[in-house]
Amino acid sequence: MIKILAYGILLFWLLAVVLGRLFQLDPNQIDLNAILNTPSAVYWLGNDDMGRSILARLLHGAEVSLLVAVSVTAVTMTVGVLIGLLAGFYGGRVDQVLMQVTDVFLAFPGILLAIAFAAVLGPGLLNLMIALSLTGWVSYARLTRGQTLSLRNRQHVLAALSLGASVPRLIGKHILPLLTSVLVVEAAYSLASVMMAEASLSFLGLGIQAPNASWGAMLRDGVRYMLVAPHYVLIVGLSLMSLILAINLGGDSLRDHLDVRQEAD
Amino acid sequence: MIKRVLSFCTVVFGVLSLTFLLIHLVPGDPVEVMLGESASTADREVLRAELGLNQSVASQFGLYLSRLAHADFGVSIHSKTPIIDLIKNRYPATLKLALLALLIGVGVGVPLGIYAALKAGHWQDLLVTIVSVRLSAMPAFWLGPMLMLIFAVWLAILPVSGMDSPSSIILPALTLGFGLSAILTRMTRTSLLEVLNEDFIRTARAKGLTERQVILRHALRAALLPIITIVGLQMGSLLAGTVITETIFSWDGIGRLLVESIEKRDYPVTQACVLLVALSYVVVNVLTDLLYRLADPRIRLGH
Repeated sequence: MIKILAYGILLFWLLAVVLGRLFQLDPNQIDLNAILNTPSAVYWLGNDDMGRSILARLLHGAEVSLLVAVSVTAVTMTVGVLIGLLAGFYGGRVDQVLMQVTDVFLAFPGILLAIAFAAVLGPGLLNLMIALSLTGWVSYARLTRGQTLSLRNRQHVLAALSLGASVPRLIGKHILPLLTSVLVVEAAYSLASVMMAEASLSFLGLGIQAPNASWGAMLRDGVRYMLVAPHYVLIVGLSLMSLILAINLGGDSLRDHLDVRQEAD
Repeated sequence: MIKRVLSFCTVVFGVLSLTFLLIHLVPGDPVEVMLGESASTADREVLRAELGLNQSVASQFGLYLSRLAHADFGVSIHSKTPIIDLIKNRYPATLKLALLALLIGVGVGVPLGIYAALKAGHWQDLLVTIVSVRLSAMPAFWLGPMLMLIFAVWLAILPVSGMDSPSSIILPALTLGFGLSAILTRMTRTSLLEVLNEDFIRTARAKGLTERQVILRHALRAALLPIITIVGLQMGSLLAGTVITETIFSWDGIGRLLVESIEKRDYPVTQACVLLVALSYVVVNVLTDLLYRLADPRIRLGH
């Protein structure tokens, strides 16, 4: 039941983005007669502080959000898994140095480091993605390292090693395939956390710049006009929460399906 | 223990290096970015010398470390005041907020978790669990505005934002504390349920202790250990959460100072704020570790 709801919401948003594209809703069209209007027949979700359609901006923001989430997750996963494999497979000095580096990154709580990176790189969508990528690889590295450490001494790996398999073959054919399900689940959760981080940074004004729409920036404007137009902040907030919740629930069902237990590091 | 101290030192050194390197990540000339293109060459050279940017990176790092050792964070480019004064003004507000949030988190989360564990399998347990799962997924930038909308706009019983009245702290502290309390509820429930299955609980019951004594004296003491760790770890997201929460509620703490400094491109202040929050987190983690050792005789005695 919950699973269906979660996938339903996900599908809804993907469809909404596609439809928004198809119908060519303009997120930047200003209607000065409709400033902060409540939902109406013309503007289904009302208007923002410049009379722009909240629906159109919401769909555009969803596109940005999904784009950032998918690309940052792809980059961080690739880099993190590579580092984790190296540390876990070679052990010793390599492992020590790499784990010291991840420890330093983990010493910055939450999105603080991403905020710092985004701040010095300057605002903008690309810089935001760079900032999130620079900090996001750590959890993959930790996860992969832990798994690789235990897989390295499995019988089938040792057998392949004694038969003279090369290191890339050992890692690619005998270790990485066993990591897939764990990594898929982690990736699902990280989509949600990247989306939240993107919204947080945009909320602080560090993401995509005006007049382009993003959920975090809309939320900030919504808070600003909360007293006169509470529907604005409510609509944006509910959208964001529904999507994040749906992704997390999707991650849960994926985890149960692939039978991945949460392992302590 | 020596290993722990050593790894603590490397982490601190790493944090210092990374925050130092931040300013070198600025695309182009950091001095130009900070002062704007219209600044005169003389002004630029003054700032460059002040920040030590005309020296080699190694000697800059040395200068940075020796200044920090004297609690000298440099001077704010925007307001020209020593950064240490800005921080002294703002840090207590953040500390107050974080501590109250911690209090709310523990004060609500632990009792609710105990309640859910005692009612395990009943509808009360289910309700508490569902609500806490939902709450723990709520980011500050959603929960904060919602609380503001309900309590400050619709019910109008609390101030919207700012820090003019003593009740101003309630909404930001709730925003920060809710997530923590949700996580603690789940942890307390799981941990207590685990302990309640142990042999020593059966023994305690068998020797005729009242249920209250069994829970409070025996079960809870054992169940609280993992909770200490969770509180320590969650302090991190609490500290990071202050950045967003303080911005929403115009709470003049370190988080807001950080955001303001970013908006004004006052990088030395940004650097100092990031460093301070990260170091606070590292210190909290060390304290948690120590507390855990003190609370658990097995670890203390090295078994």
